[in-house]
Amino acid sequence: MSDTTQLIENVSRQSTKAVLKEFWFYFSENRGAVLGLFVFLTLVLLALFAPYITPHDATMQYRDALLVPPAWAEGGNSSYLLGTDAVGRDILSRLVIGSRFSLFVGIVVVVIALVGGIILGLVAGYYGGTVDTIVMRIMDIILAFPSLLLALVMVALLGPGLLNAMIAIAIVYQPHFVRLTRAAVMAERDREYVVAARVSGASSLRLMFLTILPNCTAPLIVQATLSFSSAILDIAALGFLGMGAQPPTPEWGTMLAEAREFILRAWWVVTFPGVSILVTVLAINLIGDGLRDALDPKLKRS
Amino acid sequence: MFGFILRRVGMLIPTFIGVTLVAFFFIRLLPGDPILLLAGERGISAERYAELQHAFGFDQPVLIQYFHYLTGLFHGDFGMSMVTRRPVWDEFFALFPATLELSFVAIVIAVVIGIPAGVIAAVKRGSIFDYSVMTSALVGYSMPIFWWALLAIIVFSGWLEWTPVSGRISVMYFFEPVTGFMLIDSLLSDQAGAFESAFSHLVLPSIVLATIPMAVIARQTRSAMLEVLGEDYVRTARAKGLRRVRVVGMHALRNALIPVVTTIGLQVGVLMAGAILTETIFSWPGIGKWMVDSISRRDYQVVQGGLLMIAMMVMLVNLVVDLLYGLINPRIRHR
Repeated sequence: MSDTTQLIENVSRQSTKAVLKEFWFYFSENRGAVLGLFVFLTLVLLALFAPYITPHDATMQYRDALLVPPAWAEGGNSSYLLGTDAVGRDILSRLVIGSRFSLFVGIVVVVIALVGGIILGLVAGYYGGTVDTIVMRIMDIILAFPSLLLALVMVALLGPGLLNAMIAIAIVYQPHFVRLTRAAVMAERDREYVVAARVSGASSLRLMFLTILPNCTAPLIVQATLSFSSAILDIAALGFLGMGAQPPTPEWGTMLAEAREFILRAWWVVTFPGVSILVTVLAINLIGDGLRDALDPKLKRS
Repeated sequence: MFGFILRRVGMLIPTFIGVTLVAFFFIRLLPGDPILLLAGERGISAERYAELQHAFGFDQPVLIQYFHYLTGLFHGDFGMSMVTRRPVWDEFFALFPATLELSFVAIVIAVVIGIPAGVIAAVKRGSIFDYSVMTSALVGYSMPIFWWALLAIIVFSGWLEWTPVSGRISVMYFFEPVTGFMLIDSLLSDQAGAFESAFSHLVLPSIVLATIPMAVIARQTRSAMLEVLGEDYVRTARAKGLRRVRVVGMHALRNALIPVVTTIGLQVGVLMAGAILTETIFSWPGIGKWMVDSISRRDYQVVQGGLLMIAMMVMLVNLVVDLLYGLINPRIRHR
């Protein structure tokens, strides 16, 4: 008996390895995706070791160095590589610390939206009928509002701040995950392997989470990547509108909001936070394209 | 077709009720008393408080309040701004043409550039043109548009001084709105330079707002075209000796456009979200800026009414897109 279990375990371990190998084969064919992954991993390292990397304290105001241009520009100072903002804070240090906020927000939003979306989608797709109708109509209601507007209004309701902005964005993203999971569950529900598991006495919970869910993961992973980059954009947008992270938090969108009045005098206070957002979002979207090509055979090579 | 329309409209009813519930409860879930909030720091007397509570109907049971709210909606009563004391309905339609003009020009830019770019990229797949279109589309798609707007202002208004920084038209021109669209009104006004002024104010915001839809449309057109170009009927048409341009333009594009039309329709929500940021940055007096201003002024009646009107507009556009989709693609109708 134990031999058999051992055997099954070995086989499944090998097949996991084979799947990963096949995945990497297709993923690495997409050069953009590999580049995106490289940039993203660099950003993660930056965020993890941020306090050891930053040349200055991100909230320290150097009163004798207001609006210093970047080091290579005229009047620049090599101590402040990317220059300083209107109250003399080092922009590079703020950007590095800011990467922590953006990545953290992205992860939290995706986890909340993904977990909630999977549960609701599984329940709706598995049970169907009234439960399905109620869940999907609620999702329709959320989708009827432009996402940024709904997030904005929710933050106005909950009070401005990073945490509330994250909750609002997660709620706004929820329907996409619910719809995807539900559609996948409905396609799988009546397949033979599910019926076989049911006949051998598997409980509903087991059927939903262990039998059906593993076969619905590909579109969810792709959607999660896309939501990750959108969440970073939206949290920056909310910060820019004064509804996300509050000053003096060095969140990229909030930094842009503070820099707005200096745009015609000091281009660097506006340029670099935006470049950071763009590079991060671009890297994640590149990964997302690669994942879609590698995971979704239907779209492969299109 | 008629049954399809009925079914599709019927599906909207629960969503509509849900949306009104969201808007209705929004104002009641706010922390703090809306009347005390309105009174501000000066405080308010007990009689005046009761009077206002009665005026806004806050002294009645919630269900009755919702019923009154709903009947009000059907009479066009979307609440009254607590700041300007004007009906939300009037304010919405006074500002709506500005947003419509901006969004319309943006979507035209997005379609006129996005579709040809996607078609050529698909036809010349793997070429430098394909790579540059796809790269620009991905960058555009990843762009934080509020930053993009600021960059555009720095370069075109600051350094090159080609365009003004904000507003819809220079203050030296004034005329009564006829259509509400500044481009048309300025032409009708017969004032020299008015049209140029309106146009130069519109260029930057509309390009900024067009960026994301353009990228999405180009990507979608390219992948739809690639799919269609691989179909047998396209090969047959080519084998018959039809010219390449004709095959691409007549046979392939018409079928590839079906999903693209849906994509364009779905951009309305994206445009509304984009309008919030674009209008705020360019001080464009439209719905997006109005909502942001109302939120920061805590004019929650406007937020509530505006939210509902925008949601209804999005629902209406989605309905029209769905119906159009049924019209051009008969397979959808008979499900």
